Amino acid sequence: MFTRLLAIQASWNYELMLGPGLGFCIEPALRLLPGGRGGAAYREALARQSRYFNAQPYFASVAVGALARAELDGRPPEQIERFRTAMCGPLGSLGDRLVWAGWLPFSALLALLAFGLRADAPLVVLVFLVVYNAGHLGLRVWGLKAGWRGGLRVASSLGGPLLRHGPAVLSRAVMMLAAVALPLAIWRVLQGLPVPPVPESEMVRAVGGVAIASALLMAAILGAVLVRLHSRVEGWRVALVVLAVLIIYSVAR
Amino acid sequence: MIPELLSLLPVAIVGAVLGLDVVSFPQAMISRPIVAATLGGALAGDITSGLVAGAVLEMIALEMLPVGASRYPEWGTASVVGGAMAAEFYTLPGAAVVAIFASIATAWAGGWSMYGLRRLNGVWVRRELGMLEAGRPGTVSGLQLRGLTADLARGFLLTLIALLFWLPLASWVLSHWTLGRTPSHVVLAAVAAAVAGSAAWRISQGVSMARWFFLGGLVAGIAILVLRR
Repeated sequence: MFTRLLAIQASWNYELMLGPGLGFCIEPALRLLPGGRGGAAYREALARQSRYFNAQPYFASVAVGALARAELDGRPPEQIERFRTAMCGPLGSLGDRLVWAGWLPFSALLALLAFGLRADAPLVVLVFLVVYNAGHLGLRVWGLKAGWRGGLRVASSLGGPLLRHGPAVLSRAVMMLAAVALPLAIWRVLQGLPVPPVPESEMVRAVGGVAIASALLMAAILGAVLVRLHSRVEGWRVALVVLAVLIIYSVAR
Repeated sequence: MIPELLSLLPVAIVGAVLGLDVVSFPQAMISRPIVAATLGGALAGDITSGLVAGAVLEMIALEMLPVGASRYPEWGTASVVGGAMAAEFYTLPGAAVVAIFASIATAWAGGWSMYGLRRLNGVWVRRELGMLEAGRPGTVSGLQLRGLTADLARGFLLTLIALLFWLPLASWVLSHWTLGRTPSHVVLAAVAAAVAGSAAWRISQGVSMARWFFLGGLVAGIAILVLRR
């Protein structure tokens, strides 16, 4: 079931969302139902579990564990269906805040800090992958175990201090890391790509304080504008337009 | 033409695998720009160029939260393309700017391709709805396998088409490039850092003390910058 969890979103669609993926993950457990694979109980349970469902994909492991347990314990279908519906919201919002808006930017900024501190490429990549996946895999394993242990009473596991306070702690860490890492990352990007045969140390010296100060000032002004325009404009679109203008200017002048 | 296509195949295969990681399998974030562009650069012969492109793209990608049904740029295949392009033209002053531009545009197209894939999955699900409702063994596995295969093909084709489109165009643009390396990189770094900074600010909105943490971090960052120079 754990390996299948890694592919839970493989058939994600706008109709049933994670539903078929959830059914796919639970299916091995359903083979243990009376009648085995293809039996009436198996078919009923698989049909039930493949209906509409949505959650943050890592936190869906909690639902997979809990629902597998409920099916094997022979809980009434109405109760299982009510539980499935009730879990969508909490597993979605908690996962989005903890993983997508917390752990992912935190890990990425840690890697950017390593980049800014002039770490080599393999080290930067390793920092990101090890830190991120420690959280990612840990969360999936914990979710599956907590769901299996708690069954339909798993909601109490979601109220633990780590999950309650984690998003806020990570938000503060993201803010601090961003402020440390971004000036250093700007500095390293400005050093340019070392072009042989010029030694890298000379490239470093070639980057003047004026260039760094200009980049920091531009970043601060544009960043403030983007914060003010919050939700009205996406940063990547602004970046695309600015770079297009720069390219046209450089080619046409 | 055929030797050119063959030389692009390894990058397209990596693009396919990393495109698959974005959503379908295993979401270990090997598709994040800092990893994907570095790999693309390594494949094209210069890992450092790939890393720099990856860091810039990572800053820009920070604002995108891959939340549920929202449509967002697909950075996996796009970053492989960006890293490979940055490495391919790494001696030219505008290489990083052009590579990042191509990468963001590819990510945009990639977002649409993911939307198309999700619609296609929906068509397959609707077709199999009767079997799903009957709990037929093998139906969900079949849907999952079809989704995985289609996503792999999507990533492969997107990377290949993007490389075939952008490489000649970038070559032309860079042969007419007049700006120096430093001003090009000032704009590039500033835009990327602005997007990343505003993303961090938005993420932390409503969290008490977050702005003080930002201020403390900024002082530390600038102090390290001054000391290391």
